Amino acid sequence: MNKHKILRLFGLLAVLAGFVFTGTAQAQDQVPLVVTDDMVNQVASQLYCPVCENISLDVCPTQACEQWRSLIREKLEAGWSADQIKEYFAAQYGDRVLPQPPNRGLNRLVYILPRVMIIAGALLLAWIVMKLRARKPSSVPTEAAPQSSTEYLTRVEEELNKRKGE
Amino acid sequence: MDINQIPSEDPAEQAGKNRLPIPVFILAGILLAAFLGFLYMGLQRSQQGPVQVGDPIPPISLTTFDGQVIDTTAQKGNVILLNFWASWCKPCESESAALQSAWEYYQPGGQVLFVGIDYVDTAPEALASLKKYGITFPNGPDLGTKISQMFRIRGVPETYIIDRNGNLAYIQIGPFSSSEEIQSIIDPLLQ
Repeated sequence: MNKHKILRLFGLLAVLAGFVFTGTAQAQDQVPLVVTDDMVNQVASQLYCPVCENISLDVCPTQACEQWRSLIREKLEAGWSADQIKEYFAAQYGDRVLPQPPNRGLNRLVYILPRVMIIAGALLLAWIVMKLRARKPSSVPTEAAPQSSTEYLTRVEEELNKRKGE
Repeated sequence: MDINQIPSEDPAEQAGKNRLPIPVFILAGILLAAFLGFLYMGLQRSQQGPVQVGDPIPPISLTTFDGQVIDTTAQKGNVILLNFWASWCKPCESESAALQSAWEYYQPGGQVLFVGIDYVDTAPEALASLKKYGITFPNGPDLGTKISQMFRIRGVPETYIIDRNGNLAYIQIGPFSSSEEIQSIIDPLLQ
């Protein structure tokens, strides 16, 4: 068997292997996703019941919540991600089903304002520190200071002596 | 020279040097005003009571489960009954027969429109419920609870009847007990 024949044979085998593996992958894609209760509860814990106050869907005992958990299961089986399910619930039942307000519209202020406040506070603090540092050298006696104070004291003494003389 | 006159820096000048720059004051003022405005809007919204009889009702658009779009602006001159319900709501089941019966009474006249608004529900259960109770008037989900928030409903079932001029004429909290009860409210609005 010459080199060319061997290469052709390897090429053929590689193509066949490719078909076999692709077929396996396609077959695996078609296998329905097994969704466990834990997977459902994991998503449900990130959503809140729209009709009961402050109860997450994973622990809510009502019939409505049971229906919503079934809906989560259906969506997970259809291959939806947790974020897609959360978005779907928010669109269907309003933003109140989400644990945190979504970062859009007026809700953006909730996310922006604290950052602005922290930055503004840091800048203010930096400004105060700079001012305090700038003031310090004037309070520290310099070489010129004793001269001026000596001069001042001399004048005071002169004034006192004048007054004594009067 | 006066001995009381100790040479020092002018206090006013010193205070001026320590004062924050004017843009900082402006920025702080804007932030404070924005925060208070935001707080005021929230408080005003939370203290708004339910809609009152006589209030004009803003236009409502609802896409039904079968894809039909219902727009109240196109229904001006007709009486509109809006019924908020859900498949998980037991009292809603008890009034469904009364609503369907009243709808069958008014539908041929074409002067009254019944609209079912499915409040925080899942579509398969809602459709199963409609089928089970033989409801034929248009029904659709309240996407994002926009319509129920507009009416500031407190629960389900709740029914709002809008007169020919687009003003709220009647509010029913809880279920209707019979078709006659519904007729006794709608008939005077048609005269």
